[in-house]
Amino acid sequence: MNAQSQETLVQLDDIYKKFSISGDFLDQLKFRQGRIVREQEFVHAINGVSLEVKRGEALCVVGESGCGKSTVARTVMGLLNPSQGSVHYDGQRIDNLNDRALMPYRRKMQMIFQNPYASLNPRMTIAQTLQEPVALHNPGWSGQEVRDKVAEVMFSVGIDPSWGERHPHEFSGGQRQRISIARALAVGPEFIVADEPISALDVSIQAQVLNLMMDAQEKHNLTYLFITHDLSVVEHFGTRVAVMYLGSLCELAPTKALFSTPRHPYSQALLSAIPRLDDNRPQHIKLQGEVPTPVNLPPGCVFHGRCPHVNDRCKREIPQLIATDEGGQVACHGVEEGRI
Amino acid sequence: MALLEVNNLEVSFGLRSGGVKALRDINFKLDRGERIGVVGESGAGKSVLGFSILNLISNPGSITGGEILFEGKNLSKLSAGELRSVRGNRISMIFQDPMMTLNPVLTVGEQMIECLMAHRKIRKEDARNIALQKLKQVYIPSPETRLDQYPHELSGGMRQRIVIAIGLLMDPDIIIADEPTTALDVTIQAEIMELMLELCERNNVALILITHDLGVVSQVTQRTIVMYAGRIIEQGPTKEIINDAQHPYTQGLMNALPQMAVPGARLNQIRGAMPPLQRIPTGCAFNPRCDYVTETCKHNLPGFTESGSCLVACHMVAEMKREAAQAASLAQEVQS
Amino acid sequence: MSDQTQILETAPDAPSRWHEFKNSHLFHSFTVDRVAQISFGIFILYILLALFAPLLAPFDPYDIAQIDIMNSEIPPSWEAEGEADFWLGTDAQGRDMWSTILYGTRVSLMIGLCAVALQATLGICIGLCAGYFGGRVDSILMRFADVQLSFSTMMVAIVVLAVFQAAFGTELYQQLAMFMLIMVIGIAEWPQYARTIRASVLAEKKKEYIDAARVIGLRSPRIMFRHILPNTLSPILVISTVQVANAIISEASLSFLGLGMPVSEPSLGSLIAGGFEYIFSGSWWITVIPGAVLISLVLVMNLLGDWLRDVLNPKLYKG
Repeated sequence: MNAQSQETLVQLDDIYKKFSISGDFLDQLKFRQGRIVREQEFVHAINGVSLEVKRGEALCVVGESGCGKSTVARTVMGLLNPSQGSVHYDGQRIDNLNDRALMPYRRKMQMIFQNPYASLNPRMTIAQTLQEPVALHNPGWSGQEVRDKVAEVMFSVGIDPSWGERHPHEFSGGQRQRISIARALAVGPEFIVADEPISALDVSIQAQVLNLMMDAQEKHNLTYLFITHDLSVVEHFGTRVAVMYLGSLCELAPTKALFSTPRHPYSQALLSAIPRLDDNRPQHIKLQGEVPTPVNLPPGCVFHGRCPHVNDRCKREIPQLIATDEGGQVACHGVEEGRI
Repeated sequence: MALLEVNNLEVSFGLRSGGVKALRDINFKLDRGERIGVVGESGAGKSVLGFSILNLISNPGSITGGEILFEGKNLSKLSAGELRSVRGNRISMIFQDPMMTLNPVLTVGEQMIECLMAHRKIRKEDARNIALQKLKQVYIPSPETRLDQYPHELSGGMRQRIVIAIGLLMDPDIIIADEPTTALDVTIQAEIMELMLELCERNNVALILITHDLGVVSQVTQRTIVMYAGRIIEQGPTKEIINDAQHPYTQGLMNALPQMAVPGARLNQIRGAMPPLQRIPTGCAFNPRCDYVTETCKHNLPGFTESGSCLVACHMVAEMKREAAQAASLAQEVQS
Repeated sequence: MSDQTQILETAPDAPSRWHEFKNSHLFHSFTVDRVAQISFGIFILYILLALFAPLLAPFDPYDIAQIDIMNSEIPPSWEAEGEADFWLGTDAQGRDMWSTILYGTRVSLMIGLCAVALQATLGICIGLCAGYFGGRVDSILMRFADVQLSFSTMMVAIVVLAVFQAAFGTELYQQLAMFMLIMVIGIAEWPQYARTIRASVLAEKKKEYIDAARVIGLRSPRIMFRHILPNTLSPILVISTVQVANAIISEASLSFLGLGMPVSEPSLGSLIAGGFEYIFSGSWWITVIPGAVLISLVLVMNLLGDWLRDVLNPKLYKG
């Protein structure tokens, strides 16, 4: 496990992504001081995130809603183009490739989605849904070979292959999520991006799906980029954890290190907020204020408005990631100066 | 006398394919100032329970049996007028989505004042003062300006605080909170739960907290009700249930949590999924998923067995206990 | 492996297609809605009459040999001067009204359905492209649709047909009348489809199964036609019923204005127009009977459309 974990599989290099929220060209024209000017407002979803996913690991990205973690997932998969920066897969830049050139990578990288009720086409049977990727990526295969492969993946996720002729609405949420996983596994990928795959499921079903994902990792030697807001899942599942806040990376650390000694004040607050079964009175760190909107980003550290350790430098200067003793990285002036 | 007493409650929904019972044989009591948690997976009927206490079940559903006694009065027998004087006044409800409670075209202040003046004969200025005081209670910064803002100008956490403030407005005896923090982020969720706990304790308000999150229940409530497929399967003091659950389903739920497992190891999953209400198996509804299932479980509905201070609906409780005791004594022998 | 097999869950047998349809919301609401049942019955009757017109009609109105000018303006058989051979009477040229109406319904329905097929093809392709590609493609296509919509259908049709008639002569026009009507009505109304399709494509595009299809590596045309289109069929079905009714009305109006089907090959519209001159001389049946046929045809189609819209509207019913 350790020998192979050093090789970088996916690399995100200083990614920025902004979305225009000003409508189309005509809506952007504004009348200001006697002149017509074009004005655009942007949501800054990701601001300079650099990440490396090592082969064989499960890198978890955590953060609260609107922190840009899903945008990271979709950028890696090529569903969104980064406004700036690059994505490399196995040393090859992939964010500037067209659909045709991306095909070989589609086979290696797959994605599991959050909402099991929306991620399967309601008008296609399960068999059709699963046959589509297999047939597309194995153009030489006969119909029987495709059907055999589909039956094999259905069996491996615990869905009876004889149910292939049914439509998604006949399945429960957990079963649909397993079918969704089967679709991702059907082309034999080595890297899977999972965008909140269990947050729409019930507790007892969450365990089933997580177990399935871990079994698949073991069997096919998969690498995961796991997006979630649920820290208890991260503790169980992740090799390393990346904590995001408002489009920026706060801390990146091995799971054990993060849960025993979180360094960034935001990570500390986040960890203290997990409802635990054992203690009676929650002793969590209270954050002041509200999450700022990603439209007008605060200057300096994005977290400074809510941080209990804020000083003047935090309000001016954007902190850079620095290495910590525990083998992680943290972006905080306080840690750098030794205050925290 | 208990503040709220639910006896043999049954709620049905008249679907096209014949009536479906969403709740059956619901019995519990709630004392003044007591905090009780209702836990279960989606479809277990926990939200229906919350709605039925306030008689808010709408067509095609209806309460088809049993009684809900609030201070001895049967809520399901009250007239519309009498019910209104209880609803929102003595018992208030907090929903998962704050926008279900807040009217988007009225300011926060207008909604709170309107609510106060509908229930009490007071002047507008007094109503405003009470509203202001309630907003301060839920720690909303600069409450004067918030009163004149519209719901969409506020963040999710702030909206939920306002909903709680509205819930507290009439100094109710009971608050029913239906997944009040599910739509919120973890850090905000922790704040809101702490706030609710503090407010309930300070004002001696009883709380019925409906949630799927066992962690939240363990931190806030004193007693817990576990529901499965429309029935209560276990109820008792929260601590006992969390530390030593008796029903195999509750045990399974606890063990399925990632924090209960060794990191990186397989989680203890419950196989299968909860059956839809139309297809509940005979006998114990949990029997197809249960590890301890016997022939009895498949045919006979289990009654409640007392186990410590918990009530457990399972045929196998005694059996399981004996096994556990045997295992413990065996372990002791081996040790000695 | 034993663990795996244990996870395999059992569920009741899959219902057959027919059984599924019988249990569907669509079928259920049909069984309780009397208006929908009657409308559907009448509509089917119209289709059958139109399909089997050559078998049902006692005379062939296109065959000049069967027409006798001496038989002109005979009232329906229940009137005092009526004749048993012509139960709905005859028109000014001596054609049997019953046969002419059967053939006219055939022509009207034919034009309506073909025009709508053309509209739908154009509208679906343009709407899918606009919704799926978005951005500049969307802006250009939709502005184009707005411009098209700002000319009324009738105005465009009248101008095109009149110019054609003037330029190529009445002879050629009469030969090509049906084709021209289908083209004009079909092209003039595509934005209705394009807009509806675009709106539902925008809603479907946000769903994760489209992302999943992109992640698999499917090309845009396949995603558009295989994944998005089948999920937008409900609104297409709803507007199609209304649009067929509209197309029939448009054709009737154009024929009434003398720009539609020629007298030798009449549609319901040209029958009404042809009889209109005689209404004051007492021969009311030449106009009124085809008029009633036309109105009831359009009415049942609109009623069916309303019913479908209510049933398939996802806001009213979540399935």
